[in-house]
Amino acid sequence: MSDSYDIIIIGAGVTGCAIARELSRYACKVLVLDKDEDVCCGTSKANSGIVHAGYDAKPGSLKARMNVRGNEMMISLVKELDIPFKQIGSLVVCTDLSLRGGIEELYDRGIANGVPGLRILEAPELRELEPNISDDAVCALYAPTAGIICPFRLNIALAECACQNGVEFLFDTAVTGVEAIPSGFKVITGSSEYNASVVVNAAGCHADEIHNLVSSVKYHITPRRGDYMLLDRSCEGLVNHVIFPQPTSLGKGILVTPTAHGNILIGPTAVDTDNRDEAPVTADGLAKVIEGSAKNVKGIPVKQVITGFSGLRAHEDGGEFILEEVSDCPGFFDCVGIESPGLTACPAVGEYMASLVADKLSLLPKSSWNGICHDVKKPFEMSESERAELISSDPSYGKIICRCETITEGEIIDSIRRPLGARSLDGVKRRTRAGMGRCQGGFCSPRVMEILSRELGVPLDSITKNGGSSKILFGRTKDES
Amino acid sequence: MRADIVVIGGGPAGLAAAISAARFDPSLNVLILERDNELGGILNQCIHNGFGLHTFNEELTGPEYASRFEEQLDGLGINYMLNTMVLNVSSGSVTAVNSNEGVFTVSCGAIVLCMGCRERPRGALNIPGLRPAGVFTAGTAQRLVNIEGYMPGREVVILGSGDIGLIMARRMTLEGAIVKAVCELMPYSGGLKRNIVQCLDDFDIPLILSHTVIDIKGKERVTSVVIAKVDSNSKPIPGTEQEIACDTLLLSCGLIPENELSRAADIKINPATNGPVVNESFETSVPGIFACGNVLHVHDLVDYVSEESSRAGKSAARYVSSSNTSVGAEIRISTGSGVRYTVPSIVRPDELDSDLIIRFRSTGVFKDSYIDVSFNGPKKIHRRKQIITPGEMEQVILKKEDLLNISGDICVAISES
Amino acid sequence: METKELTCINCPMGCRITVTMSGSEVISVEGNTCKRGDVYARTEVVSPVRTVTTTIKVTGGSVDRVSCKTKTPVPKDKIFDVMAEIGAASCTAPVKIGDVLIKDCAGTGVPVVATKAVGVNPED
Repeated sequence: MSDSYDIIIIGAGVTGCAIARELSRYACKVLVLDKDEDVCCGTSKANSGIVHAGYDAKPGSLKARMNVRGNEMMISLVKELDIPFKQIGSLVVCTDLSLRGGIEELYDRGIANGVPGLRILEAPELRELEPNISDDAVCALYAPTAGIICPFRLNIALAECACQNGVEFLFDTAVTGVEAIPSGFKVITGSSEYNASVVVNAAGCHADEIHNLVSSVKYHITPRRGDYMLLDRSCEGLVNHVIFPQPTSLGKGILVTPTAHGNILIGPTAVDTDNRDEAPVTADGLAKVIEGSAKNVKGIPVKQVITGFSGLRAHEDGGEFILEEVSDCPGFFDCVGIESPGLTACPAVGEYMASLVADKLSLLPKSSWNGICHDVKKPFEMSESERAELISSDPSYGKIICRCETITEGEIIDSIRRPLGARSLDGVKRRTRAGMGRCQGGFCSPRVMEILSRELGVPLDSITKNGGSSKILFGRTKDES
Repeated sequence: MRADIVVIGGGPAGLAAAISAARFDPSLNVLILERDNELGGILNQCIHNGFGLHTFNEELTGPEYASRFEEQLDGLGINYMLNTMVLNVSSGSVTAVNSNEGVFTVSCGAIVLCMGCRERPRGALNIPGLRPAGVFTAGTAQRLVNIEGYMPGREVVILGSGDIGLIMARRMTLEGAIVKAVCELMPYSGGLKRNIVQCLDDFDIPLILSHTVIDIKGKERVTSVVIAKVDSNSKPIPGTEQEIACDTLLLSCGLIPENELSRAADIKINPATNGPVVNESFETSVPGIFACGNVLHVHDLVDYVSEESSRAGKSAARYVSSSNTSVGAEIRISTGSGVRYTVPSIVRPDELDSDLIIRFRSTGVFKDSYIDVSFNGPKKIHRRKQIITPGEMEQVILKKEDLLNISGDICVAISES
Repeated sequence: METKELTCINCPMGCRITVTMSGSEVISVEGNTCKRGDVYARTEVVSPVRTVTTTIKVTGGSVDRVSCKTKTPVPKDKIFDVMAEIGAASCTAPVKIGDVLIKDCAGTGVPVVATKAVGVNPED
């Protein structure tokens, strides 16, 4: 770890990591800084996991362009990076005939944005595709290119790929200041300083604050909080597509969707807040999620909830992605206002921002670059013979730790040992799914903690839920103190 | 691999079932598959007293109770595999995985489901707030304290006054933590009276009835919880909020029988128990698959688990040993007023050895009321009980001879005087 | 004469017992359904006792804590003294159920015994 880089990226969410991966194609030194303990700790970990088709954003906008390009790029990206992804298509459902015009408008917008395969379905066809759709449904916009993805693996894989191509990552490193210096910038963190020729601001809900450190043109982000409920995998089959209501000014609305792992997800609400870091789940939010989702889909078994969560989206006042070099601060590149469709857009944003930076620094492509990154080996997604071979070569793949999701010790060990490996319970959870099942870690978390403690060579009571002061244990029983 | 009987789970239910099966027919090959690294199941972490009063006429701790069964295994030739997780169950076949064998299948004559239950997590309770470290289900905390030997926290609030919550209130206090309150949603406690005395009263820990947790504060670690009084619909009453500073919230809010394997095997589940529907032999809707213990219905006393599981194990052994496929008359046991469920749900009187024990739970608290069991007209049992609560399983015993040649259902109900 | 209401903790029945006393002399005990309840009530009103169940450190074992209990109940007001002494103590593997780990805990005259077996650490 030196203190001088070609590029420093602030933020290790999907945006920062997508840019890092793209930049890692070039001969340059890149450092990614994140204030949290791991990649994927902000908006990227608490969202709907949808790869949007791209009819929603205003034609000609960056949101629209990046959405459609990102959707297109996702098809090959998920193969290269081993990301769970299903292109199941989406339906924007109209339940009020008088609002049918809205569906047609979305269709027109989609055409203008270059979204392939769009069709308006009438009620009979809609009901055939979705038997549980509301009795009030009159028609729907069908977008076959929409899909569902695992946002954790997406973020982690982008980072792992960047890392294997030489990008460095520093966590628990919040940026407190950025100063212009002759060679570029001095990026000041709590305890250190790092120099870079170029800085990329991908700081999510703090991107306006970071931008405002260097520019006299001020941006303002309103964190927009959304509550979600995740239902047990036994609810699979409730719906077959991503089901959206008609959008409002606050966003795409409360959706009902299968997830890439077979759960059903309902949510989010949209509540403006001024807290950029905390997203509590609220009783009101959960009630709205239940009410809102029931408008489009019948018989949602909300009693099968296994967890609720809440995420913040960075809504900039202008309502658009700001992806550009800051005019009064050359060398400083913004990715501000990355709310929906930020997840979908990230490969395109990565491609776009990397090209801007590469131009700026006249970067040359590397002679060899490895864009492929494999996920942890999952014995229970393998064929019988592959699995048998894996277990006999490494018996830890035969010991199940997370009963609910059938996750083995081997996978957990891999998730810790690999580059940018897990160092906390949540880190293991996001990389392996251990703890994401119906018992929510009740059975496996002491065992995962034991494995973390052993692998990292630290006492059990230093293990955290997600870094910082989120320790699980307070010392031993029979402590002499 | 082949076994006559495969028992899934080596906790109190599995141990009793295996032993009973082997005693009934010593020629049978009985195999226990256990996911943990030792037998004993949940008893290993239940280091407190209160086990065995009915079975051994002694008051034992959980591990001692388990060992009374474990020590019988060798002499009966019962085999067991540890660190082995069962993946799938179907008639005549069990698929499991462990580090030595990888994924393997055991073909068998009968299966006894003894998987026990899991705890309801925070997420399933929809408790609002942030999601910091320091929120545990009581059983997970119990494991950390008693098996790993670590303290999950120092200032504790407990939600749920079932026995696990009460036991942990005492356990944490003994290890130097401060338990600030035990909150209970209902207007009555879910646990045994003795536990209120020896876990709460003894340590002056307040029991706050008709309250629930409506917010959890603290970004990285719990800093406080907010509790509120609830109305008769269990909805928080605005204006009754109280914030309690703490670093730990323990949840003791319900146990759910672990029937993923049962559901995957298309075994019919009773929605009132979330466990399999069984007949007097503890046989499920799939012939040759039996169920007992907490996976069948959540028990309060391990002694009842052992008694029930012995019967189930014997039935499994009988099923394998005899080629008798007689189908006697099937009588339904129905739940009358005040009764939430019964186990079993069906009885074939011809298959009974001598008596039928019907275990059940009430729908609410009944004072000075009667347990009524009726069939063929008048009440056969009309037993007065000073108090019946949902938290204390009840049982009635009927004689085989009384059940032969009856028509209609057996109805179990609670009536007021 | 005064009456005290208590719940017997001996078994899960939790009988409600009424004890009538004159000073520190027990006049009558009512409400118990067995003899043990009578014994419990008489003791509880004069000098209450409790069994303490906890864990104790183990050295050289396959695990480093083992569950244990006071062999018989100890005075209720000595519970924390008992816990402190157990907390400071340790035992050495192998341990069998019933092994006496502390002969006389906190001056109560009551031993602390193991309630679970612990084998020797295979790595030693």
